[in-house]
Amino acid sequence: MKKRYSLFIIIFFAATCLLGVSLFAAVSSGAKELNLPTVWAAVFHFNAELTSHQIIHELRLPRVLGAALVGCALAVSGALMQAVTRNDLADPGILGINAGASLMTALCFALSPGIPYSLLIVFCFFGSVISAICIFWIASGAPGGITPIRLTVAGAILAALFSSLSSGVAIYFDLSQDLAFWFAGGTAGIRWGHLTYLAPIILAAVLLSLSFARPLTLLSLGEETAAGLGGNVPLVRLAAIGAAVLLAGTSVSAAGSIGFIGLIVPHIARKLVGVDYRFIIPISALGGSILLVLADYGARMVNPPRELAISAMVALLGVPFFLFLSRRQRRRES
Amino acid sequence: MKTRQKKAVRASLVLLLLCLCVLLISLNTGTIRLSPVEVLKTVLGLGSPRDSIVLFDYRLPRLLIAMLAGVGLGIAGCLLQGLSRNALADPGVIGIHAGAAFGLILFLRFFGTLEGSFTIFIPLFTFIGGLCAAGLITIFSFDRKAGFLPQRLLLNGIALAAGFSALTLVLSLRLDEEVYSFAAYWLAGNIWGREWIHVLALLPWLLVLVPYSFFHAGTLNMLSLGEAPAAGLGVNVAKQRAGLLLCAVALSSASVSMAGGIGFIGLAAPQIARRIAGPLHQYVLPLSGLVGMLILMAADTIGRSLFAPAGIPAGIVTAALGAPYFLYVFRKSTHS
Repeated sequence: MKKRYSLFIIIFFAATCLLGVSLFAAVSSGAKELNLPTVWAAVFHFNAELTSHQIIHELRLPRVLGAALVGCALAVSGALMQAVTRNDLADPGILGINAGASLMTALCFALSPGIPYSLLIVFCFFGSVISAICIFWIASGAPGGITPIRLTVAGAILAALFSSLSSGVAIYFDLSQDLAFWFAGGTAGIRWGHLTYLAPIILAAVLLSLSFARPLTLLSLGEETAAGLGGNVPLVRLAAIGAAVLLAGTSVSAAGSIGFIGLIVPHIARKLVGVDYRFIIPISALGGSILLVLADYGARMVNPPRELAISAMVALLGVPFFLFLSRRQRRRES
Repeated sequence: MKTRQKKAVRASLVLLLLCLCVLLISLNTGTIRLSPVEVLKTVLGLGSPRDSIVLFDYRLPRLLIAMLAGVGLGIAGCLLQGLSRNALADPGVIGIHAGAAFGLILFLRFFGTLEGSFTIFIPLFTFIGGLCAAGLITIFSFDRKAGFLPQRLLLNGIALAAGFSALTLVLSLRLDEEVYSFAAYWLAGNIWGREWIHVLALLPWLLVLVPYSFFHAGTLNMLSLGEAPAAGLGVNVAKQRAGLLLCAVALSSASVSMAGGIGFIGLAAPQIARRIAGPLHQYVLPLSGLVGMLILMAADTIGRSLFAPAGIPAGIVTAALGAPYFLYVFRKSTHS
């Protein structure tokens, strides 16, 4: 146990450093290259008269910090879902939670274009709650109960339905210059105003999930084990699903639907620090931030000045990973 | 046996009649309406020149593409469901359409345009893309010991579909803005083929492949019983299965090449057909084709007229109707 703790602290420290480096790299490069001292000065001695400082302060910083927060939220959400459903393939994107929130965003923009961001978050949250309920209801239909495959297939089809409806709404209400956004998501639109809502909600939800990490670990080992060791299984399960849905809905309201982060990162975290969710959740949070900041950085740098869809970047990484996991799961079953 | 045949014949006549109704309704909507009488006059060569231009140069090619693509998708879905013994298999859900989209973008990279006489080769490129996707899905859903795993097919197909869509969007964004929006609309299932050359590009595929699949309906009956029984009945399982799978991939890729990534027709059409005519593929295959044709024509008309003037792609209408149906069937299905 002692060894686990020290390993966790080393990895936590390394991940924090890596996150710092990638944040700086992402802030300093883009359509206008800026060097490290400028970035440093812009962050800590902001001077409103310099253009470079303004670029950093108004465009780059909120965007990069937003990517970090969204990545963190999606990764933790994925970790929680994998624990609750005991399904290696769970992810808010694959399970269709993101798509429900994104349909809500499309409807909000179509019906009341000037909607304040604080209200949009609430609607997104409702969208993801509705799709979570639908998915669990559909997957629980057969006598066999909820199996990983059933949950994944039901989620994927619901995601297809919702994203199809969102693009229908976008085309019909002529939001279509942003059509790509509904397919792909992006962090370019994040401003300080969004961050003031995003940051407290996401950090609170992550801390909340840390508070029941111990019973969650038991739950992820099996329902009987958890009940036998004295955990309140339904309460923990409900809290974890609630936190996961809140995190997914909030991140969609800021950056659109981005899949596969919640799939990849918790697996890597589990490889690094073992099965204890007290360790997995913080490492997933940091790992998700790093991955999305780097993906955003890559999406901007592949073909400048045009930007690549960020979720396409993540999907190109995530799909091989998913296929690999699905193959491994099959081996284990047979 | 006889009653089943009678039932199938009667059902196909009803379906054809419904298709004709939808055709006439479809012509009677839109910015320039043609009433059934005007249509009849124009077909007989007695209509005004304006009507004949509208009918023959604008409306008819698009309708023909919707009809042909609907037939192709319905039959492809029927073949896939029979081969994989999975009632939920659909060329869109398992990623063949996304592969075809990838092929379409490759075509755009080679030729740089979607106009002109090279358009005739588009189905070939989408077929190559669809074939890549089908190959990968087969590899990932095949187990050396257990053989083909029908449930894995869906899971891996869904993942591959996400991957190919991402790849398509990445490649299309590297071309230019217009191609990107074209690809996005295409993935949403927009019937974009509107000229006679598009009909001409699609027609030969259907003329060859539809009779091929009808001819092999008996084999498909035996294959849908499972590998061992089919081999026991004297079917060369590996060869026949590969042939029919190729046929299904070719039919669906060719159809979507002109009609966009339209999902869920390949799922719903065979299910409805099976409800009408029982399990025998001699009857189910043609009926699936007809049902597919009816659904796609109706979806295109609904998307075009009900949501005028912007219009929404037919694929969104089929997804809005088809996905709940899929989930309903899925909730009730007990296997896995």
